[in-house]
Amino acid sequence: MSILHTVNKSPFEKNNLESCLRYAKLGSAVLLIEDGIYAALKDTRFEKEVATAMKDVSFYCLEPDLKARGFSAAKIIDGIKMVDYAGFVDLTIKYDKVQAWL
Amino acid sequence: MKFVIQVNEGPYQHQTADSAYQFTRAALVRGHEVLRVFFYHDGVNNGTRLASPPQDDRNVAKRWSALATEHDIDLVVCVAAAQRRGILDESEMKRLGKDAHNLAPGFRISGLGQLIEGVVFSDRLVVFGD
Amino acid sequence: MIKKCLYLNRRAPYGTSYALEAIDTVLIGSAFDQDISLLFIDDGVFQLKRDQDTTDVEMKNFSPAYSAFEMYDVEKLYVSKEAMAARGLKKRDLIVDVEVLSDSAISDLMDEHDVIFSF
Repeated sequence: MSILHTVNKSPFEKNNLESCLRYAKLGSAVLLIEDGIYAALKDTRFEKEVATAMKDVSFYCLEPDLKARGFSAAKIIDGIKMVDYAGFVDLTIKYDKVQAWL
Repeated sequence: MKFVIQVNEGPYQHQTADSAYQFTRAALVRGHEVLRVFFYHDGVNNGTRLASPPQDDRNVAKRWSALATEHDIDLVVCVAAAQRRGILDESEMKRLGKDAHNLAPGFRISGLGQLIEGVVFSDRLVVFGD
Repeated sequence: MIKKCLYLNRRAPYGTSYALEAIDTVLIGSAFDQDISLLFIDDGVFQLKRDQDTTDVEMKNFSPAYSAFEMYDVEKLYVSKEAMAARGLKKRDLIVDVEVLSDSAISDLMDEHDVIFSF
């Protein structure tokens, strides 16, 4: 069964993304929300790790949280898809269950 | 699709309390059923009607109450977490011999069984926490 | 209806209330006859450390609950091998008998459950 993983912590502060990526399997997805969106940015020390993970796992970023923090889609790693809250809802349905990395 | 939403954090301290509201509203607008919103841990603090945020800020408890009225959703505050943190309805006030109650309209106080039961009869559990 | 419920614990005890609340949720879950597994990863493995003594911090020592789970037919307890090793813990340091799983086995475990309660 496929899993939508949500990450709401900055990778610069907490290890939530790291734990999530350790267990996220081929065909699952990661949605970055709240302070988790900082992992979606280009030119950070996590870009390589995220880009590598994207070979197996789809990445999404919650745009309202990105905008709130002063960034736009232009600053995001290529291949990460933007969603709004309605898109967030759709993702929880597309995947069989949701695991929140709190 | 039937959803159960779990909210673990209080308002104003952590954005996740806002995210839970935004997600719930979006799910309802999309035409899904939100079987229950379960407030747990510090999340029970979303249910106090005595909160008085400044005029230019969102009123988290009022916002949930309005959503409950509009969409007839079940907002449940965990009784054990609520008692520890001083969130009471009128009957809990009487039962515990306290001098005030503060639960906002549209919320009710019940046990953890409501979370488990909701999960058993829904399609998705979405947890918002810190 | 019986669902396969995975309770995922990744926080240390006492610093926050999540470990304690997870125990409450598991006990209620068992009353609903759900198929329950507990998984301890990251700092969650510290919840199972033997010899917890909360006398001086005046908080409730809830660690005996893990040994009592068996009476509630909660018997599937798993810990991460990597998390244990990273924290210098051995199986003999734990208060209860557990199955030690590799990271890839944990991915499979998460996959096969219907719902994940995260604490």
